[in-house]
Amino acid sequence: MLVEYLPILIFLGIAAGMALAAIGASYVVARQRPDSEKVSAYECGFDAFGDARRQFDVRFYLVAILFIIFDLEIAFLFPWAISLGQIGMFGFWSMIVFLAVLTVGFVYEWKKGALEWE
Amino acid sequence: MASLWQGYLWPGLIIVAQIVAIILPLLGAVAYLTYAERKVLAAMQLRKGPNVVGPFGLLQPLADGLKLLNKETILPSGANPIVFVAAPMLTFVLSLVAWAVIPFDAGVVLADINVGILYLFAISSLGVYGIIMAGWASNSKYPFLGALRSAAQMVSYEVAIGFVIITVLLCVGSLNLSAIVKAQETVWFCVPLLPMFVIFFISALAETNRAPFDLPEAEAELVAGYNVEYSSMTFALFFLGEYANMILMSAMTALLFLGGWLPPIGIPPFTWIPGPLWFAAKVAFVLFLFLWVRATFPRYRYDQLMRLGWKVFLPFSLLWVVVTAGVLVAFDWTPK
Amino acid sequence: MVIQAIAFYMFAIVTIAAAVMVISARNPVHSVLFLILAFFNAAGLFVLMGAEFIAMILVIVYVGAVAVLFLFVVMMLDINFAELRQGFLQYLPIGGLIGIVLLVELLFLASTWLAKPLKTASPASPAPAADAVTNTHALGRVLYTDYVYLFQAAGLVLLVAMIGAIVLTLRSREGVRRQNAAAQLNRRRDQAVEVKKVQPGSSI
Repeated sequence: MLVEYLPILIFLGIAAGMALAAIGASYVVARQRPDSEKVSAYECGFDAFGDARRQFDVRFYLVAILFIIFDLEIAFLFPWAISLGQIGMFGFWSMIVFLAVLTVGFVYEWKKGALEWE
Repeated sequence: MASLWQGYLWPGLIIVAQIVAIILPLLGAVAYLTYAERKVLAAMQLRKGPNVVGPFGLLQPLADGLKLLNKETILPSGANPIVFVAAPMLTFVLSLVAWAVIPFDAGVVLADINVGILYLFAISSLGVYGIIMAGWASNSKYPFLGALRSAAQMVSYEVAIGFVIITVLLCVGSLNLSAIVKAQETVWFCVPLLPMFVIFFISALAETNRAPFDLPEAEAELVAGYNVEYSSMTFALFFLGEYANMILMSAMTALLFLGGWLPPIGIPPFTWIPGPLWFAAKVAFVLFLFLWVRATFPRYRYDQLMRLGWKVFLPFSLLWVVVTAGVLVAFDWTPK
Repeated sequence: MVIQAIAFYMFAIVTIAAAVMVISARNPVHSVLFLILAFFNAAGLFVLMGAEFIAMILVIVYVGAVAVLFLFVVMMLDINFAELRQGFLQYLPIGGLIGIVLLVELLFLASTWLAKPLKTASPASPAPAADAVTNTHALGRVLYTDYVYLFQAAGLVLLVAMIGAIVLTLRSREGVRRQNAAAQLNRRRDQAVEVKKVQPGSSI
């Protein structure tokens, strides 16, 4: 089984090498003449005001958290999906209960308006 | 010495040769996808598209590449240099390594791992890093906003993609990509699972930040989103990675729903054409859909985009998982 | 086998080095990026052990989802990092205590394993031969039937997490206008437009 993973590792190495080579080549080939105006942050011609990294809507965190939860749900579904034939009716209903519990949460967040954007 | 050659170096060389045999055609395909995009869009808008460099403008992608190579690599003064350069490399590398598990024909696959579809899912869930890192490292407002939008959008649609994959797996009973294709010998999954096919395709558009979900680079408001500050090869790597991702999503669509390398009907006139050609034709068809959609639809608004992902696709695909599983169990059709 | 050993040491060294960098990097964003690197190499170690499903889930869930949240939090919060470092010595005893507890737990685990090796397989269901079924199948066969209570408990934990996240983060704002697609689609022509005859030379 491990033999199958070796090409992926080599592939990773080759791809990383190519990316480095591309950036390196352009750095060597092209003339580099930075000046302070050229390397300043782009803001439609104005000097940048304020720091670019600042706080933003908490909604983005909420999306990330909900994503983690649904991702875990999907992680639980993978083994179930491919072994449904062997675990029969009990396995099926066991997953239905699991999904029902999470659907309760989903309905709750829908009703609370956590999925609304404005 | 002979055993070192026989045991390690020779197999290693074969693997490297196979990898090169995947990467080179892939990069060629990416280059000519940009050409095809411009030509298709031009045709749909009654223009000519690129037609100056070479016959029919066929050398245009090469000219573009050379031009980018000759440009100055700009490191913005406020940027975080290592992360700034690593972000496009990450995007590019991820879009390439995913191809290690794609089967091009029966048995023609570099790494035939048991969890192939999980590997693809994992790689596509990592795609968001290139964008977040670029947006943060640039230390500039537009990239930052673009990266934020993009990240939230990609994770939202990934949930739907996950459920769609589960539905397909229910009908296959294996995580191996070759097994997924072989399970479609009687009928392609796009027929019994048509709604899932549609959801997968639309989510793939959102996942690759393509029109009509190209808000991260909405040029009218964010100039170009997360890659505003990028130039030269760093920009080119983003560009290549993005298009390679498009081809990857098309390949996934072909594998999951359009029967991979299988001909539409398993009788002689169709079976004469080799499998890889069928596969390439299906990928090209899905890519054409990508371009067609871009030429046809206006851009979504952000709240509409999130609504579609969380309130339409997620419940619907979850319901479809339950229905599919229920039908399979009730009629005892589960794959053995 | 040699390649396997090389790969193991490579993954192991990078994991540990990245873990050290997580706690020693000055910039918290760099810390999270090193954390991601550590997760990656841990996934590589799982693959070397033959646990490919766990390796992929580690990448999907931890790298693809949890670390994204970490990055969001760390990148976008205005944290004064010099201030954060002030309390380092103050918290050292507590941190050290937790470290020692974890170490003792690890030692317990190692000692039970040393006492009776080879008996690690769970009694409820002997694991099938590794080459006969993939480990995803093996998981699927026991997780939803033999370990159904634990599985349902996991579901409840996720439910609590979901509700907790909403309760903690959701603030409803006043005066925002939202799109109501159903209302838009159900609107008829006669609700929106009125036709009036206008005589020339007079107003409505």
